[in-house]
Amino acid sequence: MTTDFGVNGRAVAVEDPPMARLLDVLRERLGLTGSKEGCGEGECGACTVLLDGQPVLSCLVPLFQCAGREVTTVEGVAADAPELLARMVSAGGVQCGACTPGIVVAAWALLQRTPEPSRQEVRQSLAGNLCRCTGYEGIYRALCGADGEAG
Amino acid sequence: MTPIGTSPPRPDGPDKVSGRARYTDDLPRPGLWFGATVRSPHPHARLGAIRFHRERAPDGALCLTAADLPGPNGIQLLDDSWPILAAGEVRHVGEAVALVAAATRHGALQAREAVEVDYEPLDAVLGLDEAAALPPLAALEIARGDVEAALAAAEVVVAGEYATGHQEHLYIECQAMTAWVEADGTVVVEGSMQCPYYVHKALVHAFGLPPERVRVRAPPVGGGFGGKEDYPSLIAAHAALLAGACGRPVRIAYDRHEDIVATTKRHPSRTRCRFGLTADGTLQAMDVDMTLDGGAYATLSKVVLSRALLHAGGPYRCPHVRLRGRVLCTHTAPNGAFRGFGAPQGQFAVERHMDRAARRLGLDPYEIRARNLLLPGDPLPTGQVLDDSAAARECLERAAERTGFRRRWREIEALREERGDDGRPRRGIGLALYFHGAGFTGNGERRMLSPVTARLLADGRIEVLTAMTDMGQGCAVVFPQIAAAAGGLGMEDLVFAAPDTAEVPDSGPTVASRTTMIVGGTIARAVAELRRRLESWGREQGAAADTPLREIARRRAAEGPLEVTLRHEPPAWQTFDEESYQGAAYPTYAWGCDVAEVEVEPDTLAVRPLRVTAVCEVGRAIHPVLCAGQIEGGTLQAVGWALLEEVKLEQGRYLNDRLATYIIPTFPDSPRIEVELLEKAWEGGPFGAKGVGELPMDGGAPAVAAAVENATGIAVPAIPATPERLWEWQAGSAAAAPPAAAAGAASPPLLPDPGPRA
Repeated sequence: MTTDFGVNGRAVAVEDPPMARLLDVLRERLGLTGSKEGCGEGECGACTVLLDGQPVLSCLVPLFQCAGREVTTVEGVAADAPELLARMVSAGGVQCGACTPGIVVAAWALLQRTPEPSRQEVRQSLAGNLCRCTGYEGIYRALCGADGEAG
Repeated sequence: MTPIGTSPPRPDGPDKVSGRARYTDDLPRPGLWFGATVRSPHPHARLGAIRFHRERAPDGALCLTAADLPGPNGIQLLDDSWPILAAGEVRHVGEAVALVAAATRHGALQAREAVEVDYEPLDAVLGLDEAAALPPLAALEIARGDVEAALAAAEVVVAGEYATGHQEHLYIECQAMTAWVEADGTVVVEGSMQCPYYVHKALVHAFGLPPERVRVRAPPVGGGFGGKEDYPSLIAAHAALLAGACGRPVRIAYDRHEDIVATTKRHPSRTRCRFGLTADGTLQAMDVDMTLDGGAYATLSKVVLSRALLHAGGPYRCPHVRLRGRVLCTHTAPNGAFRGFGAPQGQFAVERHMDRAARRLGLDPYEIRARNLLLPGDPLPTGQVLDDSAAARECLERAAERTGFRRRWREIEALREERGDDGRPRRGIGLALYFHGAGFTGNGERRMLSPVTARLLADGRIEVLTAMTDMGQGCAVVFPQIAAAAGGLGMEDLVFAAPDTAEVPDSGPTVASRTTMIVGGTIARAVAELRRRLESWGREQGAAADTPLREIARRRAAEGPLEVTLRHEPPAWQTFDEESYQGAAYPTYAWGCDVAEVEVEPDTLAVRPLRVTAVCEVGRAIHPVLCAGQIEGGTLQAVGWALLEEVKLEQGRYLNDRLATYIIPTFPDSPRIEVELLEKAWEGGPFGAKGVGELPMDGGAPAVAAAVENATGIAVPAIPATPERLWEWQAGSAAAAPPAAAAGAASPPLLPDPGPRA
């Protein structure tokens, strides 16, 4: 069965079962390995992508749900978000990098709505993204500036 | 301008933030097959027949057992007692019994279902009390002075017992390894690991191959924390076995569930402390007795115990000290390396006990520490006399001053009983003082004398070769900073080789907070030596004095290769007797003081950590953003260990072996972490740097536990301090009452044995 949808602005047609996980389709069919599997059950956020602009966990999204819609992965976000990427690096928001693609996608979605988020807004919007390296402080610095606001 | 003390962007950063970085399971490989592992459902059983029902497996799938091993059935670490595949019996739930491979990931899982194993269950040893009857995996005692006499003479004796639980590393990238066999018989493995040469050694041993016939390389590593120190050797052997049998590349990539079930964890601990003090709170005697749960196999437990006890006196001066410990063997997955390597367990107990002693004596947590902390010139229990890089006092004073600790702690103590239960959240503040030795323990660095190579490339750049992996900590930028500063070069003049045992020398494992301090120091010397040789060649060639080094390098490169390999040189004064445990176990120590602030819901006893202030003395911070990043991340890992992270076991089986049930701190769970770096260059490290990777793991947990006690009056002798446990302790009213134990008497156990909890 063919599913037609958009990925990072490009039309794709994928031959996979309708219940195939979007994460596997992206990684194994389309070679988009930026999205990572950290848990496979929607807890860690490393596989976060945008579905019509909304952050979703691609390990929980069946392929059929994507039909006719637009998926944006970290590779797609990266092309539009040079400032965010540079701030993530310079502020120490990235260490091992395994959670980073999901963090970047979720942060980008937040910044679309709220260009200058408070610490509290980051805390809420990224609640579904686990990071084991940074203690989250580097990510706050990247998104809210040097101090953010009082937590 | 020197790059030391600046924070340039890490070179691997752009690929990581854009999704371009390729980790082990992201790398394509033609003809790749996938492996899966059949695991024991029993904690202890005799292993019977293993049958592979080929008809239920995909075409071509194969199955291997211990009978198919080409050589010794053991992973070479300190010894080779950890089986590659179980033979005769299984000793823990999740132990690898058989391996399968098939052409697809799904096919490998189908093939796993086609393996049938007979087991005859045996009695399992679970929990430290049962295990105490059996011979320990390791035991050690460090002594100084006469503890019993000093305790008998002490004006006040305080006794207590403390415990810490398992902790799962929870690196976000699960364990993964790809292996194949080259046409010439060379076994190649590529995977997520901290120690390419550990994996190399294990494969040479398991396959009986000459060293040059094994090649190990590490792509970017998605987090390690010690969890990719020991275990990768096992999964590499599994992948290589399958690759050899299939004649194809084979990848084994664990999912989270399998990773939690099968891999090593932090050793649970139980520690009994007896301190003898003068009435004014000066330590006279410390008697610390620690028991660690090693799990089913020894792995690195012996050296974990060693580091645990070498830190179990805390950062305190005491004339009579006895630090004893043992690692017991239970039928649970082996415990292994985890950031801190035993030191956090011991320092949790000592810090909690210092608070208990302070309470007894009517001192505040600051006063008792200020009275007893180690100063330059003081001896450690091993007899090592601290040099002036000791900074416990500076950390304590600065952290207390910055947070207003003493005033706030006393105010809350005074108001707590008066307030009663008014239903409002209760704030608390707690403090912990800690230290951490960097580099291998004892003579470890002297035995390795790790080499580093610097060589001239044809274009005049300098390539630096080490075996260190960047698992996030940032040697990808810290090494270039050190090399550039040492060579008087720009960072663009330097190239860093990827870790690949066919290319790089064995500069040792990426562990023990040794990467910057030990290997970075050798990089500095090697690059400086290469520069001296180039300049000397330039002078011989009559180059003008102002010729840029890069130009001389380009000309020299045209003449042929130039390479310098230097080895680490431990300071001559650093000697250590491994029999008596006397001497300098570490060349230096980094120091820290954490102040934690929490809020506790009085009805549910849920603890919300609000803020942790970490003041750490790190020698010199090469890259302040990443140095602080180590402390921020390590502090949160310690807060998670203290409050949330609990491995629940029932009959040797994990009840919460998924990320939905094993909880690590999320954004909303996490306190604000404020780091202040104190810098006092240490002459033994490159540009003054000390190792810092593990330091922050030592302080966060006792500081949070102390803050909960300040908020609630509950003593918090064990972690994780979950609401359920706090409730039990509150009901037992352990802390609010004056300490019950009579002077000198061992206090009653505060905890159920961490074994089965039906």
